[in-house]
Amino acid sequence: MSWRRAPYLLPLIAFVALAVYLSRGLAPGYNPELLPSALIDKPAPSFDLAGLKGEARLSNQAFADEIVFVNFFASWCVPCRAESPVLMDLARRDVIVLYGIDYKDKPEDAEKFLQQYGDPYRRIGVDENGRTAIDFGAYGVPETYAIDRTGRIRWRHVGPLTADVVTKEILPLLRELGAS
Amino acid sequence: MTRALAVAAVLLGIAHAAFAVEPSEMLANPALEARAEAIGKQLRCQVCQNESIEESGADLAHDLRVIIRERLKEGDSDAQAIKYVTDRYGDFVLLKPPVEPATYLLWFSPFVILAVGAAGAWLYLRRRPAPPDEPLDLNQRRQLERLLLDDQ
Repeated sequence: MSWRRAPYLLPLIAFVALAVYLSRGLAPGYNPELLPSALIDKPAPSFDLAGLKGEARLSNQAFADEIVFVNFFASWCVPCRAESPVLMDLARRDVIVLYGIDYKDKPEDAEKFLQQYGDPYRRIGVDENGRTAIDFGAYGVPETYAIDRTGRIRWRHVGPLTADVVTKEILPLLRELGAS
Repeated sequence: MTRALAVAAVLLGIAHAAFAVEPSEMLANPALEARAEAIGKQLRCQVCQNESIEESGADLAHDLRVIIRERLKEGDSDAQAIKYVTDRYGDFVLLKPPVEPATYLLWFSPFVILAVGAAGAWLYLRRRPAPPDEPLDLNQRRQLERLLLDDQ
């Protein structure tokens, strides 16, 4: 083939490059609706929420000097039921410090939910109007955030946590953040 | 009566398709409400990602519409109200993405492709041999006519 003809291959090369790039969108497990949080590496939003069942209030002041996970949940949220065994297991094995934020829920419904599926949380704040979730940039429930010792958001997971997410994301994150 | 009802139903349907905004959300001040609607139309609903928050019936879109109206009432400029949302949800929620290094490819690649195509077309046309100038002689013209007749 002569070099004079080479330019005619450009469209083919461009097509292959585009096809390879676009084929990523067809990869199994790729969900275009999952977006990186705008708050990664930014300070966690400040909040001060009433505690569930008359417990102490939950504010981000409680997170000092600890790697904490914040899980948004609701009793009306079906995927939250699916993730509760994973959360219970993490709590039982004392792998993470987990706080809950009850999103747009009736406190009595939340209590029933926790009685039925277990309560993996150290403490729970009630986000009745959903404003704290919006401050976190949450899309809905369940959603889980990791906050490092300096109070910055380092990780976010949209949707129910699974054992796979724990081994592939949470445990490496804890190692990276130097959990004791 | 039935006709009036039908017209009302159609109009309601149109209104519903165009706006998910509920009357209770609207601001009393029409100028502020117009600004809020203009802002809402620029912001993507995070739940139904092909709709603006002004069109979406999702709960989160409702909350954000209310928040934008609150911000405007408190004296925020349009840009400040939009920033309130992008600070939390990122530039992805802007239905019209900003022109910045990360989006140069998005904004300028059509023009680059057009320029490459134009350059290719120009090179191709320049290299093509010029068409013959001499007219066909008698034999060639007969041959041409035969060919054309054969086709029919």
